[in-house]
Amino acid sequence: MKHVVGIDVGSTYTKAVILSPDRKIVGKEMHPTGFKLGEISRKVFDDAMQNSGLQENDIGYTISTGYGRHRVEFCDLTVTDLTATARGANFYFPKTRTVLDIGGQTMKASRLNEYVKVKSFRLNDKCAAGTGAFLEKTARYMGYETEEIGPLVQTSKEDVPISGVCAVFAESEVINQLSLGSAPADIMHGAMFSLVKRAVQLLKRVRMESEITLTGGIMRFKTMIDVLRENVTEKINVADGEMIQFTTALGAATLALQRLEKIGDS
Amino acid sequence: MAYAAGVDVGSTQTKAVIICEDGNIVSRALIDTGANVVKAAEKAFLLALNDGNVREEEVSYVIGTGYGRYKVTFGNTQITEISCHGRGAVKMFPGTRTVLDMGGQDTKAISVSEAGEIVDFCMNDKCAAGTGRFLGAASMALDIPLDDLGPTALNSQKPVKISTTCTVFAETEVLSWLGKGKKIQDILMGVHKSIASRSVSLLRRVGISEEITFTGGVAKNTGMIQVLNETLEKKMNVSEDSHFMGALGAALFALDHIVASRNPIKVTA
Repeated sequence: MKHVVGIDVGSTYTKAVILSPDRKIVGKEMHPTGFKLGEISRKVFDDAMQNSGLQENDIGYTISTGYGRHRVEFCDLTVTDLTATARGANFYFPKTRTVLDIGGQTMKASRLNEYVKVKSFRLNDKCAAGTGAFLEKTARYMGYETEEIGPLVQTSKEDVPISGVCAVFAESEVINQLSLGSAPADIMHGAMFSLVKRAVQLLKRVRMESEITLTGGIMRFKTMIDVLRENVTEKINVADGEMIQFTTALGAATLALQRLEKIGDS
Repeated sequence: MAYAAGVDVGSTQTKAVIICEDGNIVSRALIDTGANVVKAAEKAFLLALNDGNVREEEVSYVIGTGYGRYKVTFGNTQITEISCHGRGAVKMFPGTRTVLDMGGQDTKAISVSEAGEIVDFCMNDKCAAGTGRFLGAASMALDIPLDDLGPTALNSQKPVKISTTCTVFAETEVLSWLGKGKKIQDILMGVHKSIASRSVSLLRRVGISEEITFTGGVAKNTGMIQVLNETLEKKMNVSEDSHFMGALGAALFALDHIVASRNPIKVTA
C-alpha cells in the first residue's frame, strides 16, 4: 500500500506529515505560513517528501486541514482542523476526551467521545488576547522574539499580574510594569497565566473530561504546560518534542490512511 | 479679569484650554502625553498661558480631566472626561443630545441633557478595536502618517471589507490585502468602516438622538467623519476644536466654581 500525507495550513505555520501504511511517521516539515498559502503548502509538501526519500507516486492520498486548507490544490480531500486534531491527539493518547489547541491566532477546546468524534467545541479566533499572539505581542513590547519566550519565562520567580484583556492595550500595561521595575521574565509569566485563565474558561464551556491532550505551537513553551497543569485537575497529555506542533497534520494523515484503506490501492 | 482653565490629560495627547468669564476660549494648547504625565499636564497649561498672554495668577480655578486627571498637580479639582465632553459639546452645539468621543485608546458614547448633564454613557476601553488605536495600527502597517489616513481613505473607489475584529489580527489582514494587490485607499476605507460600525453600535446602546457631536482626536479625521455620517445617515456636529472638547468642558466647570464662590449661597437658620 502507498504512503499518505497530512497538511495543516495554520495561521502562523504550515506543517506536513507523511505516514507509512503501518502508521509510522516517515517524513515531516514545517515552515511559516506567510501570505501565499498555495505556494507554502506545496513547499512544505516537497520538503517533507525529500525528508522521507519517497517519490510523488509513492503517495496514495493527501488530506489538507487548517484555516488555509482550501488553498492546497494538490490534496484529495479537506477536513476541518477540529476533526484532524482529534485524530492526531488520539494517535498518541487513545484515552483523550478533551483537546486544547492553542495556535498563533486561535484557541480551540473540544470534547470527544470514545469514537474520536467531536461532540462539543468552542473557539476563539476573534480576539488576540486569547491566542498565542498575546504572548508574541507581550514579548515584542519587551524586545524579545517569539523563540526567546520559552527560555525567558523559565527564569521567572514570581507572577506579575497582566490583565490579558486586549493584546494591544497590554503594551501600556507591560511598559508600566517595566517602569515599576518588574522583570521581563515575570511579566511574561503573568501573560502566560492570563492566557491559561482564558484556556480554562474555554475548557469549562466544552465541559472538559479527562484526559486532556494539549496541542498547538504555544505548547512548545514548557511553562505554559506547567501553568495549565496547576490550573486543571484532569490528567494532561503532551506529545513528545516538536510533535506537539504536528498533531493536526498527523491527524489529517491518519484520516488519509483510513480513506486509502477504504478505497483500496490502485 | 478672572480666567478658568481645563486640562485634559488623555492617553495619547494632553490638551489645555483657558476661557474668560463669558465662557469663550482665550487660548488652547495640545501636546503628546508621553511617559511623564505630570510634566505633560504642566507643559500644556504653560503653553496655553503663553498662547493667551495670561498670567498664572489670573487663572482662578483649574480642573483636571481625562485618564491622567489626578496627575494635574496644580489643578483645584478633577472631573471625569465623560462629564467634560458632554459639557463642552453642549456649549459648542447647544442642540447636542449625544456625544461620540473617539480618542487614542477608547471610544465613548454619551447621552446628554439640554443642560449638558450626563444622562447615560457607554464606553469601549477594554478592546482596541473601534478606538483610535485601530487607526494607529493601520498607520504603522501601511506606513502612512495618522493625519493622512482619512484623506487617503476618501479616494477609495472599492473599499475592502475588513473581516477581523481584533486590532492585532487586522494588522495581518491589512498586510494580506496588500499582498493580494488591493489599493491602499481601499484597505484604509475598509479600516474606517470597521471602526465606524463598532462606534455606531456603541451609540445605539445609549440611543442615537437628533443631534450628535463628534469629539476627541479622531474627530480631526475627515475620512472618519464621512464614514460615520454615512453609517448614521445624518450629519454630525464637528468643531474645529473637537479635540479640545474635554478641556473646554473642564474649563466651564471651573468657571461655574468661580461664579459660585462669588455668590455664596447664604444658609439661613
